[in-house]
Amino acid sequence: MRLFEKRNTISERHVKANKRAEDLVPSGLMQRCPNCGLEFFSSRLDKYKTCPDCDYGFRLTAKERLAWLCEESEEWFKDIQPSDPLHFPNYEAKVAAGKKKTGLNEAVWTGLAKIGGQETALAIMDPFFIMGSLGQMTGEKLTRLIEAATEKRLPIVVFTASGGARMQEGIYSLMQMAKVVNAVNRHKAAGLLYLVVLTDPTTGGVTASFASEGDITLAEAHAMVAFAGRRVIEQTIHEQLPKDAQRAETVLKHGFIDRIVLRQEEKGTLAWLLKYGGMQDD
Amino acid sequence: MTDAMETVRAARASDKLSAHYLRAHLFSDFVELHGDRQGADDPAIVGGIGLFAGQPVTVITTSRGHKLEERLAKHFGQPEPAGYRKAARLVKDAARFKRPVLLFIDTAGAFPGKEAEYAGQGQAIAQCLTDIGQAQTPIISVIFGEGGSGGALALACGDELWMMENSMYSVLSPEGFASILWKDASRAAEAAELLGLTPESLLKGQVIEGVIKQEGSKSAQCREIARVLEEELAKLQKLPVSSLLNRRYERFRKF
Ligand SMILES: [Zn+2]
Repeated sequence: MRLFEKRNTISERHVKANKRAEDLVPSGLMQRCPNCGLEFFSSRLDKYKTCPDCDYGFRLTAKERLAWLCEESEEWFKDIQPSDPLHFPNYEAKVAAGKKKTGLNEAVWTGLAKIGGQETALAIMDPFFIMGSLGQMTGEKLTRLIEAATEKRLPIVVFTASGGARMQEGIYSLMQMAKVVNAVNRHKAAGLLYLVVLTDPTTGGVTASFASEGDITLAEAHAMVAFAGRRVIEQTIHEQLPKDAQRAETVLKHGFIDRIVLRQEEKGTLAWLLKYGGMQDD
Repeated sequence: MTDAMETVRAARASDKLSAHYLRAHLFSDFVELHGDRQGADDPAIVGGIGLFAGQPVTVITTSRGHKLEERLAKHFGQPEPAGYRKAARLVKDAARFKRPVLLFIDTAGAFPGKEAEYAGQGQAIAQCLTDIGQAQTPIISVIFGEGGSGGALALACGDELWMMENSMYSVLSPEGFASILWKDASRAAEAAELLGLTPESLLKGQVIEGVIKQEGSKSAQCREIARVLEEELAKLQKLPVSSLLNRRYERFRKF
């Protein structure tokens, strides 16, 4: 199907070719795909925000995702406030900026949702809230959601997007990895389904904990899925990492992802897995 | 107050206690067991069964090695996924026989390499968090040098965590922290202070159960480690499995 779509329209090529014209275009009018490099008018992005050429999913706020993912949703734990255990200088300003950009109290949206008719506990991490980093209260919201799901016997869907541990919260951020994983394991021990969707970027402490614990793990096309940062690796091994080394497709080839999903098909795939992927007589 | 950067230097000192010394002096016998059962054996993790105060225990240590080629093979004590998978497997095996587990940690973190990424470094650490978090046997960890990030947490997620007086535990090295947050690695001392990575501040924050004094010769220090571990193991071994696991859950739930 994609064969018939034109890569570049004439007007787009014109803007790209003419440096001065590009300067005249208000910022935000053009998009550049970080995966394939295609430049195109922002107006071609619909609610799914995927690249017209390679299907890469641009980063979404949790609320943008929520808008097309569920028919119904109810937000939980929205009164929790980020903690500041290290009394980190200027941390409050970072938190305030994150709240403003995302409309959330922390780097994850948590609640109850209906996806294609299936009721589920849902967590969506937001890459625009301090890079989706795992703060103490990010972990707290996730843990409360998982514990509530275990109690109410609900499956869980988690969308991950994270720069990893939240440095400004030091060791208390690190502790969230074990805290959330322990809650996930109680949920699993209760025979309930835990689904993970890896979105761009999923890295560090989140990859090394609950993002890697899914009964079924999906990933969005070309999403970065990594443990260590590219620069750290290259400095350590003194060689360049292949461009696609930390792309979801590569991680799938190595056996750590079940399936790549296109955003447009996510809702349907999740609904199907929620219906048939877990215990049938619960 | 102790200077946090002093603690960092002491934790990294090349003449400090080594994993090899700990294995040789804390256990009257030690039989090493290799491999992750999935195709690899990482020398940066050494594991096996040892005799501790008359009872068999599973022992797992990170290992930096001595000679240069050894140190290179062990990535200077930074485990690869196979190392974490070996640790997780040994803990599961131990739980089958109700054998307690003692882990000794001195690592800057999980190895950041290309092959490590391909082999699923993140998944391997998560596996440790799960298998050590769920194992039905007492598990105590001791940090005796550097405790770096998720690579250390993977081996420190059991029932108790103790730290030697001259050791550190943090989400990131103070140099890395300074360069990421302030784009200035030379502010490491300031970062070390802010991170609260000393045993003293971590005890205050209830991140660890206690600090082990380091006085006198290395063998005297080992006797002190043995005394603490014997006492703590005896306490944990008295607990029914369900309370042991509930206690372990609460240990992290409180953060
Ligand atoms: Zn593209």
